[in-house]
Amino acid sequence: MVIDKSIPIKMEESTSLILDLIYRLKIKDVMSRNLVVASPEDSLDHIKTLMKQKNVTGIPIVKKDRLLGILSIDDIFKALDNGYMQELAEKHMSKKLVMLEEDMPLAFAISYFDKFKYGRFPVVDRNNLLVGMITSRDINVGLLITINKEVARMEELLAQSTPVDVHNIRKIFRIRKYDFEHAGNASNRIKKLLVERKLDPRDIRRVAVAMYEMEINITVHSEGGTLTVVIDNDHAEIIAKDSAPGIEHPELALQEGYSTANEWIKSLGFGAGMGLANIRRVSDTFDFHSALGKGTTVRAVIDFKRKKGNDNDH
Amino acid sequence: MTIKDMMQLKGLTLVQQEFEDATISGGYTSDLLSDVMAHAVADNVLITIQAHINTVAVAKLVGIRALLIANDREILDDMIRAAQKEKIAIFRSKMNQFELSVLVSKLLAKASC
Repeated sequence: MVIDKSIPIKMEESTSLILDLIYRLKIKDVMSRNLVVASPEDSLDHIKTLMKQKNVTGIPIVKKDRLLGILSIDDIFKALDNGYMQELAEKHMSKKLVMLEEDMPLAFAISYFDKFKYGRFPVVDRNNLLVGMITSRDINVGLLITINKEVARMEELLAQSTPVDVHNIRKIFRIRKYDFEHAGNASNRIKKLLVERKLDPRDIRRVAVAMYEMEINITVHSEGGTLTVVIDNDHAEIIAKDSAPGIEHPELALQEGYSTANEWIKSLGFGAGMGLANIRRVSDTFDFHSALGKGTTVRAVIDFKRKKGNDNDH
Repeated sequence: MTIKDMMQLKGLTLVQQEFEDATISGGYTSDLLSDVMAHAVADNVLITIQAHINTVAVAKLVGIRALLIANDREILDDMIRAAQKEKIAIFRSKMNQFELSVLVSKLLAKASC
């Protein structure tokens, strides 16, 4: 099939991380092993049905695991036009095969997609037996999964290597929807830093309350968002931001007791309609913007010189 | 009154014993974590039915030393593990929140005599 299936990774322009990955990953790491195959004695009509059932556009024709040819949807179109659907696969399959070997680096597959403009390549093992197929989608998925892991590892390293200046904290935390397991982690990490800094416990408490409520709000109500924390000698500024779905009645959301949380959330002890009210109570400056379809931003500033809202903290 | 004193109380089962013993300043009873966050104070014990990992996160933020889970609610392993890490004791009881509050309050009153 002649479609542009090339993969826009230019070796000379790629970062060393990507180059490293596409040479480190083997074709067998990303190829699909769920093979849909047919035999040379199958009719084109049978293969057409198979393509439809399995939602594939090319089928390897094999005999005892040995690849003899490939029948693509183009061959089926031709057969339909010319009325020979009952004829056998071996007569019409393409026998000029470009194959990849499973132990080749992924970079080879990428260059094959650029060079040959096929939609897929059969993958064989050392004994030339068919073991898989690779499409540009397989490459994309495999690369994305691996890049994701690499980036997570790099973020981890970065977090460890950055010396923490407790007087000048700038951190962004990513908060995921319904991730109750990690909700509270951001607040607890910042609290620990502030304890090290020997900040007034009442101020630590205010920062922790504001951050925790923001974390829970993003976890419960949004599609995920971020918590940005900037702390210097005089104040802490915390901004919670999510991009969806936003609040239909922002003015009601500020009222204590108003909540849109479902029963499941409430059974966990959240969704009592106290979050925003709590944040406002502990902060010296409080901003809140929300619109349906646009997401929500909450900003709280805690001034370390003023002592607001700590009447219950002895 | 310390957490170890609470171990003598009838009707309480200690289910997470890796804690740092401390003097308890008072108790707070609530099932709303936002409410706990807003009003409980450091060195309190928390009496609640919320037996899950987020209760531990809130307890850590507030400085709560022990959790008393009422109504014999099931306590999952991830909660126990989180509390172990934070050295927060967890007791479980068949009693309800009111009965537990009375029990703790009596012990507190006795200790301050």
